Amino acid sequence: MDATHAIPAVHYLNATHGLKSWLLTKDHKRIGILYLISISIAFFLGGLFAVGVRLELLTPAGDLLQADTYNKFFTMHGVMMVFFFLIPSVPAVLGNFLLPQMLGAKDVAFPKINLLSWYIFVIGMSFTLFAMVAGGVDTGWTFYTPYSAAASNTNVVPTALGIFIAGFSSILTGLNFLVTIHRMRAPGLTWFRLPLFVWAHYATSLIQVLGTPVVAITILMVFVERAFGFGIFDPTRGGDPVLFQHLFWFYSHPAVYIMILPAMGVISEIISTFSRKTVFGYSFVAFSSLAIAVFGFIVWAHHMFVSGISIYAAMVFSFLSFSVAIPSAVKTFNWTATLYKGAISFETPMLYVYGFMGLFLIGGLTGLFLATLGTDIHLHDTYFVVAHFHYIMVGGAIMGYLGGLHFWWPKMVGRMYNEFLSRLSALLVFVGFNLTFFPQFVLGYLGMPRRYHMYVDEFQVLNVMSSAGASVLGIGYLLPAVYFLWSLKKGAPAGNNPWGASGLEWTNSSPPPTENFHVTPVVTHEPYEYTPHVAREKHVV
Amino acid sequence: MRSFGIPLFPEQASTFAADVDALYLFIIAVSAFFALLVVVAVIVFGVKYRRRHDGEIGERIEGNLPLELLWSIIPAAITMVMFGWGASVYYHLRRPPDEALRVYAVGKQWMWKFQHTEGQREINELHVPVGRPVRVTVTSEDVIHSLYFPSFRTKIDAIPGRYTELWFEATKPGTYHIFCTEYCGTKHSGMIGSVYVLEPAEYQSWLAGGAGGGSLAERGSRLFSELACNTCHLDTGQGRGPSLNNIIGQPVALQDDSVVIVDEAYLRESILNSQAKIVKGYQPLMPTFQGLISEEGLAALIEHLKSLSPQSTLVPSAAPPGDAPPTPPQQER
Repeated sequence: MDATHAIPAVHYLNATHGLKSWLLTKDHKRIGILYLISISIAFFLGGLFAVGVRLELLTPAGDLLQADTYNKFFTMHGVMMVFFFLIPSVPAVLGNFLLPQMLGAKDVAFPKINLLSWYIFVIGMSFTLFAMVAGGVDTGWTFYTPYSAAASNTNVVPTALGIFIAGFSSILTGLNFLVTIHRMRAPGLTWFRLPLFVWAHYATSLIQVLGTPVVAITILMVFVERAFGFGIFDPTRGGDPVLFQHLFWFYSHPAVYIMILPAMGVISEIISTFSRKTVFGYSFVAFSSLAIAVFGFIVWAHHMFVSGISIYAAMVFSFLSFSVAIPSAVKTFNWTATLYKGAISFETPMLYVYGFMGLFLIGGLTGLFLATLGTDIHLHDTYFVVAHFHYIMVGGAIMGYLGGLHFWWPKMVGRMYNEFLSRLSALLVFVGFNLTFFPQFVLGYLGMPRRYHMYVDEFQVLNVMSSAGASVLGIGYLLPAVYFLWSLKKGAPAGNNPWGASGLEWTNSSPPPTENFHVTPVVTHEPYEYTPHVAREKHVV
Repeated sequence: MRSFGIPLFPEQASTFAADVDALYLFIIAVSAFFALLVVVAVIVFGVKYRRRHDGEIGERIEGNLPLELLWSIIPAAITMVMFGWGASVYYHLRRPPDEALRVYAVGKQWMWKFQHTEGQREINELHVPVGRPVRVTVTSEDVIHSLYFPSFRTKIDAIPGRYTELWFEATKPGTYHIFCTEYCGTKHSGMIGSVYVLEPAEYQSWLAGGAGGGSLAERGSRLFSELACNTCHLDTGQGRGPSLNNIIGQPVALQDDSVVIVDEAYLRESILNSQAKIVKGYQPLMPTFQGLISEEGLAALIEHLKSLSPQSTLVPSAAPPGDAPPTPPQQER
């Protein structure tokens, strides 16, 4: 066996031992692992709630769960998935693990704040979990007033407080990344030599730092309204219930880009590696991330076309909403062009990229129906919207996250997972996902409203298809847990660079040493340069 | 339209339905074109440029500026077509014709209450004539709801504390769904009903079926006395409050010298939050009626006030209901 294929004797996972060494770690890689464990719990819980929802919707009558229980299930599914899984997923796990390595740095700029962000996240999640154990919450993840402020008699306050607290972990991560990218780049690593993963995280961090405080303030307003009867949103006391929607979507629309942008960064890395070719139109892909981050802040009222906003306000926001479509389209075309004259192979991460391309394409294009005023009035708050945002947030963001996890798993643990099972899981996720959510587009156009516990009989066939697909999807999501855990002990040693990739992180041992680089690397070449020599290295075994 | 026994479109039962469906099909066509373009390219490249031996690397192609401009500008132009088309359909959806029949809708957990100007009241059922525009003024007693007629392709939120509105003209007699589309608590999914689109003659006989208590304006007139509005708002203008005759659609000067046009939103605010806008020359004496009057009562009161302004175009046509086609409003604007 070649020297580069042995697991190094000392690496970040075994450099120190014991629970305390993990709980007090300042190593960005270990913090990434801590996040991985935390958000996997959130994903599992959110998934369980989804199982309840899909089982209930097998029949038109509300026969499995009581109405209140059903309402709590979809609310807690959304809260767990959005705030405690999707928003932290790629940045907090893969971003934390990779960013300093990609920059040739020993750690992030503020390692202690990085650890603090994880603790804040865990405290926030504990509040929300407490709210669930104490009886749950039923407002929908959107917390619309006046329902959340005055009508709901469930655990709105602890849930909201949990999200409020977790928001700070997101702000701290964003801040840390911004400073790290500005200040910690290795000599020679100019802005235009950065991996696109880093550009995507830069754009994401901007949104996290600028947007999250707004949702924090909004949640605080609901809290004081509910706890002390302030009347900010209560019309009988001069408040405005629609004000909440403006504030909420000002953050929560950009929040979608917090989820999808880092996933797009992952896609750029993987697609380049598996076609052994630089990303086509590097600067267009890089700047489209920033464009999405900026435009994302000026489209929020497209969630409110039927909320009584004026005709002209609606037209302005419809117009602006199309501006986000263009940079997303530019990325997709550039990824496609990257494949042209490549040397393409289809290991599991690349299968996830192909899956991402298909699902993100549908997710993005169906957004056009919702930006267009004439069709949105009919489609708003129907299952069409549910399908659309699942295609983006699950089809796009989770495919990117899983692709990234499969891509960098060998780097994280030093060992390979089972290739057959992982390809199978990528296939199951893709097929199951489409079977689950494509019928929901049709349901939505037929008029089935979202958040319905019971529905009229004519919607049943499509709902059964959707639930059937969800069970396939569930298996696809559970499989990685099995073979990832298996790989920890039994997997073949991965070597430094199992995919023949070009990034700095692949020059490290797998797993990397605690300080990442014994000698600070000096970057002398452009990003995504492939040489036949490096390419062949992986097959030395 | 159905495919494999599964319906793909809801019934087209309003004048908008065909417009919205055509726009929907246009966006589907554009989406399908771009989706196919990318999917085919990705698959063809994947097969054609698959790695044939381990050491193979791709050709280094940095990018292509004309191509980047091409695939930015063409999609941008196409989305502008979508924007323009969508905005024009929407403009039509949001602008009710003057001669429309008037219906008031109130959402409350968990039912829809409808009131016709003729006085009929219904819960979770709405009877409308075919071939006449119907304008629904919507509000809520508690949380936000949303009044949705899938077969008419329109909806609007019911927001507590304010009026919103939608309109439609049904084109096909039949029974269609009414759904609440804004999540509103336990029985959100039970907040559904039916709209019955009737032939003009059937609608006439339904109307004749009786509305205990007279028309909405008559109920409002009784409320006007019961709430003692008439003690201050004298017809002569000599009372402690301004005369309410012939004010609808007219400008009125306020104490701070600003001017507002009297419409439903202004009347609503002046009743519930009477100190918000004081008419110039009058004292802020009027008590607030917040909590003292129901949403249905408020609608009746507003209809009564409108009946005091027979010249206004905001007042629905005086033609007897069911007379199709309605006489166009003859007033100046």
